[in-house]
Amino acid sequence: MTLSIIYVLWLRQIKRYFRSKSRIIGSIGQPLLFLLALGFGLGPIYQKAGGGNYIQFLTPGIISMSILFTALFSGIEIIWDRQFGFLKETLVAPVSRLQIMIGRTLGGATVSIFQGIIISIIALLIGFHPNWSMFPLAIVFMILIALFFTALGTAIASKLEDMHGFQLIINFIVMPIFFLSGALFPLNGLPKALLVTAIINPLSYGVDGLRGTLVNGSHFGLGIDLLVLGVITTLLLVLGAYLFSKIQI
Amino acid sequence: MTKQKVIKVKNLTKKFGNFIAVDNISFEVKEGEIFGFLGPNGAGKTTTIKMLTTLLQPTKGSIRVNGYNPASQADKTRKSFGIVFQDSSLDEELTAFENMEFHGILYSLPKKLRRERIEQLLKFVELWDRKNNLVKTFSGGMKRRLEIARGLLHHPKIIFLDEPTLGLDPQTRKHIWDHIKKLNKKEKTTVFFTTHYMEEAERNASRIAIIDKGKIVAEGTVNTLKKKKKAKTLEDAFIKFTGYSIREETATPLDRLRLRRKWRR
Repeated sequence: MTLSIIYVLWLRQIKRYFRSKSRIIGSIGQPLLFLLALGFGLGPIYQKAGGGNYIQFLTPGIISMSILFTALFSGIEIIWDRQFGFLKETLVAPVSRLQIMIGRTLGGATVSIFQGIIISIIALLIGFHPNWSMFPLAIVFMILIALFFTALGTAIASKLEDMHGFQLIINFIVMPIFFLSGALFPLNGLPKALLVTAIINPLSYGVDGLRGTLVNGSHFGLGIDLLVLGVITTLLLVLGAYLFSKIQI
Repeated sequence: MTKQKVIKVKNLTKKFGNFIAVDNISFEVKEGEIFGFLGPNGAGKTTTIKMLTTLLQPTKGSIRVNGYNPASQADKTRKSFGIVFQDSSLDEELTAFENMEFHGILYSLPKKLRRERIEQLLKFVELWDRKNNLVKTFSGGMKRRLEIARGLLHHPKIIFLDEPTLGLDPQTRKHIWDHIKKLNKKEKTTVFFTTHYMEEAERNASRIAIIDKGKIVAEGTVNTLKKKKKAKTLEDAFIKFTGYSIREETATPLDRLRLRRKWRR
């Protein structure tokens, strides 16, 4: 019975996502803009500076970005459910908070991975050449990024009362995480301060892992990426589940 | 009186910071009763229901719902009741059928039974034709009806109705109350409801408690309450028990949301 409950919560997230056309277009549009504008705009300079093909370098970063946005948003959706009342329906049902959290998180993660794959396909169309043999490992990285940020969203949303804090989160969490992760630039030879922020940034390991698997050239090493991301994802899932279990309405 | 007490509340208190929302109240509800819980705005009705239904932890006092303690035996308590909230708790991005189905799965109803009851209840609230429409396309009254149907789906032992008929026309109100009463007779479902419509309470409640400023100020059958204040109607008695002043409430995030929802309509 437990599985059917997790399944139905998962299914709800999927249905909601695919029914919201504006959300799909919106969340694909932004990464696409970054990919095209930066990829082709900065590409020539990057090439001249000896960095090679910028689209190759940038694509793993943009895939990470799209997963980051969608996953965090899916977690944060709890605020909407709280405000529109639906959260109460699940919270008074005879199912554990952990089941609810697992179902929602898996749903949010699935949707974000789907998003990441869409961006990958678009990147292929504009000339991205991935290393196919490592693709399965790349999927593992996508899953970890998705789980981590869905759980982060859940943890944050469990602490927020209404939507007013939402813009704050976008400006002070999502954007810094994205820009300081090495999604757009190589970590080699960065000023010390910027390097430190990249090292403490969870997304850096996701970007690095995806880059390492899809186009080679990982900064930290795939083993480190996998280890760090695996450990912090587990920790955050526990934290998210704990905070979610403490929600009072 | 051999009838079992399905709800027992003793010295229950809930504080939010310095504000005492519920102040040392005690009452009991017997199995099969239709219990009206009345009070002006901000009296503590919804807070009490939230504590009874595991959504809030009491500051002090004890609660038993179907013999279970909501604070420490949440799962067993949750299996015992159904609830229709004051504010919508439907998923507007899902269809009417999907909302029902979701509820049935959460309450572990086997598929065959679930489908049977969904059909029966949706037909009853006259939404069967619209079962595959998204809830966001429904009017306020339709949403209310769906919500009530959903609350009855798992045939709970106790059903909590927090202003269930708010915004419904008299026909629909009567229709829904007829069904609730039928269920109450047939399945001995205990009904715990709040309302601002006094004639609704007068017509349906077998017993009533009036709560004001967090305290229970009166309890008894409609007739006892009327006699006590020598009032002709329950409304008169209610006013006499609770006074004439209009209640001020500070807006919570939820109130702001309610306002926003009204604008969107």
